[in-house]
Amino acid sequence: MPTKVIQKFSISYMQVLDEEGNVDDKLDPKLSKDELLKLYKVMLLARRADERMLKLQRQGRLGTLPVCVGQEAVSAAAAMALDKEDWMVTAYRELAGRLMKGESLLNPMLVYAGFEEGNAGEGNDHLLPVAIILGSQVPHAVGLAYAEKVKGTKNVALSFHGDGAASEGDVHEAMNFAAVWKAPVVFMNQNNHWAISTPLGKQMNTETLAQRSISYGIPGIQVDGNDALAVYRATKEAVDRARKGEGPSLIEANTYRMLMHTTADDPKKYRSEDEVQEWVKRDPITRFKLYLEKKGILNDKLNDQFEEEIKTQIEDAVQQFESFTDYKIETPFDVTYGTEVASLSEQREEFLADLKKDQDHA
Amino acid sequence: MPKLTMVQAINLALHQEMEKDDSVLVMGEDVGVNGGVFRATDGLIDKFGPERAIDTPLAESAIIGTAIGMAINGLKPVTEMQFSGFSYLSIPQLEGNAARMRTRSRGQHTVPMVVRMPYGGGVRALEHHSESKETYYAHTPGMKTVIPSTPATAYGLLLAAIRDPDPVVFMEPKHSYRAFKEEVNDNGEAMELGKARIVQEGTDITVISWGAMLHKTQKIVEEMNEQGGASIELVDLQSIHPMDAETIAASVTKTGRCVIVQEAQKTLGPASEIISIINDKALMYLEAPVRRVTGYDLIMPYFARENYYLPSAGRIRRAIEETLGF
Repeated sequence: MPTKVIQKFSISYMQVLDEEGNVDDKLDPKLSKDELLKLYKVMLLARRADERMLKLQRQGRLGTLPVCVGQEAVSAAAAMALDKEDWMVTAYRELAGRLMKGESLLNPMLVYAGFEEGNAGEGNDHLLPVAIILGSQVPHAVGLAYAEKVKGTKNVALSFHGDGAASEGDVHEAMNFAAVWKAPVVFMNQNNHWAISTPLGKQMNTETLAQRSISYGIPGIQVDGNDALAVYRATKEAVDRARKGEGPSLIEANTYRMLMHTTADDPKKYRSEDEVQEWVKRDPITRFKLYLEKKGILNDKLNDQFEEEIKTQIEDAVQQFESFTDYKIETPFDVTYGTEVASLSEQREEFLADLKKDQDHA
Repeated sequence: MPKLTMVQAINLALHQEMEKDDSVLVMGEDVGVNGGVFRATDGLIDKFGPERAIDTPLAESAIIGTAIGMAINGLKPVTEMQFSGFSYLSIPQLEGNAARMRTRSRGQHTVPMVVRMPYGGGVRALEHHSESKETYYAHTPGMKTVIPSTPATAYGLLLAAIRDPDPVVFMEPKHSYRAFKEEVNDNGEAMELGKARIVQEGTDITVISWGAMLHKTQKIVEEMNEQGGASIELVDLQSIHPMDAETIAASVTKTGRCVIVQEAQKTLGPASEIISIINDKALMYLEAPVRRVTGYDLIMPYFARENYYLPSAGRIRRAIEETLGF
């Protein structure tokens, strides 16, 4: 018996907005003026906040932190496709998306100042804390989505992970579970080409990450991740499918980590400045700004106004985190369990007594 | 003898052992071109090439799983878990296979490999970058768990770990990576695994610690010895499993008093086992109850609170003074 082809697959790539800010009319998701300006403003806020936090870290006012510069379009545009009751889980390079979902800017600053208090708040009720163990958050999104299905809602979950995390077993296992369960979840892969010093070519042997969707039997697409409109369109389509009960999707957003992995990293050790400059030309914010200007809904005056508002917003958050006093040193003893644990209560007493002795001595 | 930091001593041991033994290789996330996030593997890729300084895809379980295969088949992989907080993804392979292969195959297949991992607090890092979970590893028969506390012992113990016929978890106190330099005898001689080290002899009380806490405790012990009034014996545990019961019992038998300083959380930490050893072998010689100064049974707090939760100099000093005065 001769062998025969029993299945064929292909993977599509989508770009809606090119580097010069020209839009493909057929693919334009036709966002309203308010929505477009909101998207722009959130991306700009994330960029300026990153720049500010980077300086604060260098001055020793914040601890080690990851910056998201160059990747703002992916998470901001994807998060915009969600409703308030939808869930979102992220790694640590989704500042823009988290702000879009409603987290306050104070929160990441508190976290990077070393306070768990920055993981909770009004904007975090359907947004889980930043996940640092790579890929570990992806199965949670599947569980969140499954629970919504059980509860009979139309809510969905949006999960982010990176090209490095895609090598972790958890990510594979999560996607397989979601596919089997037809869970209402959208997997967004932020392919930023570098996992600290490891380039894509050492991370995987395939041209795309999107093609992994084929192995799970779910829809998959690669989009230009520096094109906010393409990210929005692909996410909205995937979210709509999930809401209709048609199960999960995988989106690969092709983007680039323009700066260091974290402030503890020196990318000069492993990649060329030429490569970085190539991606600077594809900056997601520059492109989106050109588009808005061409469309006649953004001009220098309005842009200056946005910059001023953002500056004020950032300085307010900085002032708030630096004067943060609304916490107790001993809180960890009170939030480890939901019921009293006698040995821990005893340790709490010892802790406070020792703290007092140390302070009296000092 | 060169004066080196701990991270330089580790790097030197790796260079020398890879030079000496072609079967030794390093593998992990960012260990090649980047030389490791702490630069512990710096320069290895230039000297030994990418086949022996392997930048792996990002998957801790697969790093350990593939290293097990390499070790069974004649190589000696020295794997790096970038931070101990990420190493738990490899526990199924370590507990399920690395530790068991010898006993499962009745010695036909063995796993001579090393799992290096920076651990411990005090460096203002993000979540998962500051805890001390040596008990996870020490509680696995078939594996050894080692913690050096100085550059010289990091060098000698790492050589021993690489040459050991079984899997060794080598936990590096990152707070001590660059905290101080000391002369390292770089003669290629391995220390013996499973042995504690008498840092300083004394007759009135035994103080036992390991990792970054050893250094902190040593400063207090030196101050107290200088001030006079007590002769303190300081012991560096070094080997968490197997534990050197002989040295512990001999020291406490001599001094009759003991304080243990442990960064890890209190319950079921190595200090608990040390106290059991004293109970079994030296109880009748005790002049005072054994005290332990430890972390708390909590998730390690983010860095704004971190220093309050590490054993403080005051707690260590008071425990020693109170035990001496009992």
